[in-house]
Amino acid sequence: MANYDINVNGRIHSVDVEPDTPLLWVLRDAIGLTGTKFGCGIAQCGACTVFLDGRPLRSCSLPVASIGTAQVTTIEGLSGREAEAVQRAWVTRDVPQCGYCQSGQVMSAVALLRKTPKPDDRDIDLAMNGNICRCATYVRIRAAIKDAAVTLGG
Amino acid sequence: MTAHDLKLSRRETLRGMAGLVIGVALPLPALAQSGAARAFQPGSGSAAFVPNAFVRVGADDTVTVLIKHIEFGQGPFTGLSTLVAEEMDADWSKVRAEHAPANAELYKNFAFGAQGTGGSTAMANSYEQMRKAGAAARAMLVQAAAQAWGVPASEITVEQGVLRHASGRQGRFGEFAEAASRLPVPADPPLKDPSRFRLIGRDRAVSRLDSAAKSNGTAQFTIDIREPEMLTVLVARPPRFGAKVASFDDKATRAVPGVVDVKPISSGVAVYANGFWPARKGREALRVTWDEAGAERRSSDQLIAEYRALARRPGVVASAHGDVEAALARAERVIEAEFVFPYLAHAPMEPLDGFLRWDGATAVARLGSQLQTGDHMTIAKILGLTPDKVELQTMLAGGSFGRRAQQTMHFAAELAGSAKAIGPGRPVKLVWTREDDIRGGYYRSLFVHRFRGGLRDGKVTAWASTSVGQSILGGSPFEAMIKNGIDPTSVEGANELPYAIADFRCDLHTTQVGVPVLWWRSVGHTHTGYAVECFVDELLQATGQDPVAGRLAMMSNAPRAAGVLRAVAQLAGWSGPGPVNGRARGVAVVESFDSFIAEIAEVSAERGGEPRVHKVWCAVDCGVPVNPDVIRAQMEGGIGFGLGHALFGEIALDEGRPVPANFDTYRSLRIHEMPEVEVTILPSTEKPTGVGEPGVPPIGPAVANAMARLGLGRPRQLPIVRGTA
Repeated sequence: MANYDINVNGRIHSVDVEPDTPLLWVLRDAIGLTGTKFGCGIAQCGACTVFLDGRPLRSCSLPVASIGTAQVTTIEGLSGREAEAVQRAWVTRDVPQCGYCQSGQVMSAVALLRKTPKPDDRDIDLAMNGNICRCATYVRIRAAIKDAAVTLGG
Repeated sequence: MTAHDLKLSRRETLRGMAGLVIGVALPLPALAQSGAARAFQPGSGSAAFVPNAFVRVGADDTVTVLIKHIEFGQGPFTGLSTLVAEEMDADWSKVRAEHAPANAELYKNFAFGAQGTGGSTAMANSYEQMRKAGAAARAMLVQAAAQAWGVPASEITVEQGVLRHASGRQGRFGEFAEAASRLPVPADPPLKDPSRFRLIGRDRAVSRLDSAAKSNGTAQFTIDIREPEMLTVLVARPPRFGAKVASFDDKATRAVPGVVDVKPISSGVAVYANGFWPARKGREALRVTWDEAGAERRSSDQLIAEYRALARRPGVVASAHGDVEAALARAERVIEAEFVFPYLAHAPMEPLDGFLRWDGATAVARLGSQLQTGDHMTIAKILGLTPDKVELQTMLAGGSFGRRAQQTMHFAAELAGSAKAIGPGRPVKLVWTREDDIRGGYYRSLFVHRFRGGLRDGKVTAWASTSVGQSILGGSPFEAMIKNGIDPTSVEGANELPYAIADFRCDLHTTQVGVPVLWWRSVGHTHTGYAVECFVDELLQATGQDPVAGRLAMMSNAPRAAGVLRAVAQLAGWSGPGPVNGRARGVAVVESFDSFIAEIAEVSAERGGEPRVHKVWCAVDCGVPVNPDVIRAQMEGGIGFGLGHALFGEIALDEGRPVPANFDTYRSLRIHEMPEVEVTILPSTEKPTGVGEPGVPPIGPAVANAMARLGLGRPRQLPIVRGTA
């Protein structure tokens, strides 16, 4: 075991874990932030998406030893106008079904809108195709992202 | 039963419920962490009024609806609450939903006789029950207000949770909750005439109750449960189905920091650790020697070859009319087709998981249970407790598609077994990894269907089918559903067609394979729907008939199926299959679980011959459409789920071992592959039927039938796109 001080949602958490422990399990098991989900463990499904210094990354495949002083943002710490617009659109459109992948979907959508305020279908495909939804809520995810973009542009 | 008995039993029901409602029987940490309590906080004044097992009204006006069906995406929280709110005239913004506890007496599914969810039955079997629950609550609140105001109950109106009298007096539900709780429960309260519905059937009259918690990470799933002293358990299971542990060496496992213990259990070797990561590392370090004497060693290719040979011989007749062999002999032309379907995994986003706390005398289990009664009894039996000593709390689950309802209750057994092996006092959370899930069996059965169709005078005159595959129900507690050697889930959709064909036979060979199989979203219709709808399309094409008009010409005895077919043709502006500008259209219509769905897919050929599905039109007749937007969402999702598996889904076996292990090798539909979807819902006064599964079956054949018009042929073996994972 080793000690790591990691910055999650603006707070330093001191955790005692093995260096190869993926950030996902540090968040979920050591810190207790369970909004970030386990779906595959091999960066294929996107359920574990968090921001590292603002960039969306798959926390299941990111060893804690590699985090250093980077700022981690999880769904629990998500804030700002893009986040509000996306989450409001998600609720207005009733996007979720089982809801398990949606933390990751929301994180990817917020990252997209921060970079590309007016995404077209191709932008949405590229930003979102790393996030699997087995319920296939994709029609509504696409519509909600466009709604959020309109809100932000308005 | 006399009125007195009824009242008494109601009162007993009430008494039983009160304990649960105030959380006496449920230890506080569990209550605090249950999906219901956390995500759907009922409010501080809850439980002032508990008219029945389904409704609680709080002094703060909150109406909490207890949902006997598991919520894993199909919308029962919203749908069943809509029924209660409609009859109560409640304010939707005050409505909350939570899972009902496991209690077969109070919460049985009328379709099963036990508590459980499946077969798209949630709405169908709850429609009257939940409306009556709401109507009873309303009547008692009205009576309480009438007594308080000294006016006749008949003069009181209710709107959006507010009771009013012409004298100007008015009050909210919460104000009368306590007084209402002292009144007798009406046994058979009158229900609204549908013409007075304000919520049922009104598009977007209600919004989903779980959307917010599922968009901000606060919704609590089983995998999110954390308790002091809790251990995470991963189990090493055999690489081939039917193998057993011969011996194991856990020295390296025990050296992994965080690993607490290692125990053999009936399904394999359990590794107990402080958290998922050490449990996983510990399991990787385990050296297990497997006894494979009883293991299944056949490959998929071998099974398919065996099934194809069987399909050439008649099986046990499932249904027949006329003389199909004579009619085939008389036909001008006989067309044959063989369809092959692979094993499929359900792969819900949240892999199987469960929590269990056991102190030796009592236990609390919390999991996404789809068959609560079976899971409850299984856990009690393994722990050596009577069922009343075991609480089972249903959690929100990250999808299921059938996977969380096992005819063998194998997951509940493994959960109880892993708790028992380490002994009382250590709460356990058993988690399957994605690899465990994809390679863990309980697949949609591998099937082969062989069809022969006779054509004469430009018409389909004979239809014979032989199906070959494993039984889901055989050897399970549901075995009684097998009649005359026919597992109905093997032939549903093939044994009765919406098409009037004079001479018809459907027969079945049930195979014995050591791979556990399970119902998978729309069950038999996943394969029969594809085979039947591709084959009828092929026969119509061979006789030069239009896919829509040709079907309709044979549907004189299937008015509701014909109704959705006409509706979808209208929605899509059908003018033939095309292709036009490189895009062709295919159609399919399937009745499943008493709902009728027709779909039209617009498809083009990508480079390499892969189909690209641009748009899908869908028409639904599911009786009274309670929540139109939930129905729409289920059609969109069902189409995406069905399309992904028709295109890519396959669990191939190599000498008995499943080849894919994760989403890199078990390809899932992604957003760029999702077509645009347009849904029309037919108005109906028939009783509501399910929508969780029926959207799935038509999409595969609709795409295949479009492919035929693009010159790509109707794929005879699924998945359509093979070897691309």
